[in-house]
Amino acid sequence: MNIEAKLLEGNKRAVARLITLVENKDEAAFELLKKLHNKTGNAYVVGITGPPGAGKSTLTDKLVKRLLDEGKKVGVIAVDPTSPFTGGAILGDRVRMTGLSTHPNVFIRSMGARGSLGGISEGTSAAIKVLDIYGADYIFVETVGVGQSEIDIVKNCDTTVMVMVPGLGDDIQAIKAGIMEIGDVFAINKADRDGAKKTAREINAMLDYSSKDWRPPVKMTIAMNNDGIEELFEGISEHRNYMASTGLFETRRINNTKNEIVELVKHRVLEHLFDNAYNEQLINSLSVNIVKRETDPYTACDEIMHNIKKN
Amino acid sequence: MDRPIRVLVAKPGLDGHDRGAKVVARALRDAGMEVIYTGLRQTPDQIVNAAIQEDVDCVAISILSGAHNTLLPKVVKLLAEQDASDILVVGGGVIPDEDIPFLKENGIAEIFTPGTPTSVTIEFIKANVNR
Ligand SMILES: Nc1nc2c(ncn2[C@@H]2O[C@H](COP(=O)(O)OP(=O)(O)O)[C@@H](O)[C@H]2O)c(=O)[nH]1
Ligand SMILES: [Mg+2]
Repeated sequence: MNIEAKLLEGNKRAVARLITLVENKDEAAFELLKKLHNKTGNAYVVGITGPPGAGKSTLTDKLVKRLLDEGKKVGVIAVDPTSPFTGGAILGDRVRMTGLSTHPNVFIRSMGARGSLGGISEGTSAAIKVLDIYGADYIFVETVGVGQSEIDIVKNCDTTVMVMVPGLGDDIQAIKAGIMEIGDVFAINKADRDGAKKTAREINAMLDYSSKDWRPPVKMTIAMNNDGIEELFEGISEHRNYMASTGLFETRRINNTKNEIVELVKHRVLEHLFDNAYNEQLINSLSVNIVKRETDPYTACDEIMHNIKKN
Repeated sequence: MDRPIRVLVAKPGLDGHDRGAKVVARALRDAGMEVIYTGLRQTPDQIVNAAIQEDVDCVAISILSGAHNTLLPKVVKLLAEQDASDILVVGGGVIPDEDIPFLKENGIAEIFTPGTPTSVTIEFIKANVNR
């Protein structure tokens, strides 16, 4: 298959294959992305993040439908955490997007957060580029908003929607720092449940303390019933227009790109170390020996550093 | 790092529970595979479109409704139309022995009937995916 030609025709098989190749760090695939980089930058990238079960996939499904109705072309990347022990994962976000699978103008891809090296943001930003070349007007990136790697993923986005649900209580406090930083628009989903207004008040109160120029709107949604989707989409568009009119859009994309380059280099360096100086087996045997008191963590570290310097 | 095998687990047909499909999904995950789980009542068209977009190595279809003789070959046929015959298709569920030769003639690589240990399914997929 000539991936380049097919991709430029908008062929889904080619899109899918290229995402696989970049996800697997295939050199030829990166060469193609280098060549086609000037065909990227047109899609508007929306991050959908929040706690597990908040309704992120259901909301994404509804937002995508709304855009398809308008004649837009849409990409979705749904990132699920990987099981840390086996490297396997169950990626279940498509369950909420079944109706979209056969639509000609949408492409949905699930990605696992393979391994512990934090390479997922690299995989996501490459997949975003592929969907951009495919011709998507909007790309949604769904990720569970709990850890650092998810925050890294969000750094690929133009607008980030933070999805909350009623009755989070203390959890709001716990994620407060994170959400203040990354939410451009807030959705209180499951607004059919008790306490939605209270949660909205709490979040609004928190946002009032923020010193950012952009005041994130807080929207109530019932994703399940397609309720509040138009208002949520308005919130996203307001943020988009605000950034465009203030020049912040350009700034944000430059900042995202900065982050991307740093991540790429960091990841390559880590990989290089893994390949040459320390691997799972060495770490295991050193750890066993440390517990047996045959060696100690400091000597083990010295040994690894020695390997690093040797390379 | 070796890339994990990607498997789409689907449950077509109108019957309403997916316990079997979920057991298989978990077993494949525990064997280090990336499982794309698509949920209940998938049509062959939806299964094939999802399989293409997810670029899976294998489609595993769990089926209880008795419609296996139409649904399974339909998936294989639609994959072929999309130039995606390299994707391995396997089936599992309550399928009478006498139907199995017909299904295999129609491109289903293997059928796992109830009671097959998940390890057998895992080994079959590992040994037969095209990659
Ligand atoms: N009550 C209620 N349930 C919802 C709503 N939106 C989604 N759900 C349900 O919440 C569950 C999790 O939804 P999902 O979209 O998979 O959440 P995610 O994990 O954040 O992607 C599903 O059972 C949905 O049907 C809503 O507005 N109200
Ligand atoms: Mg989800």
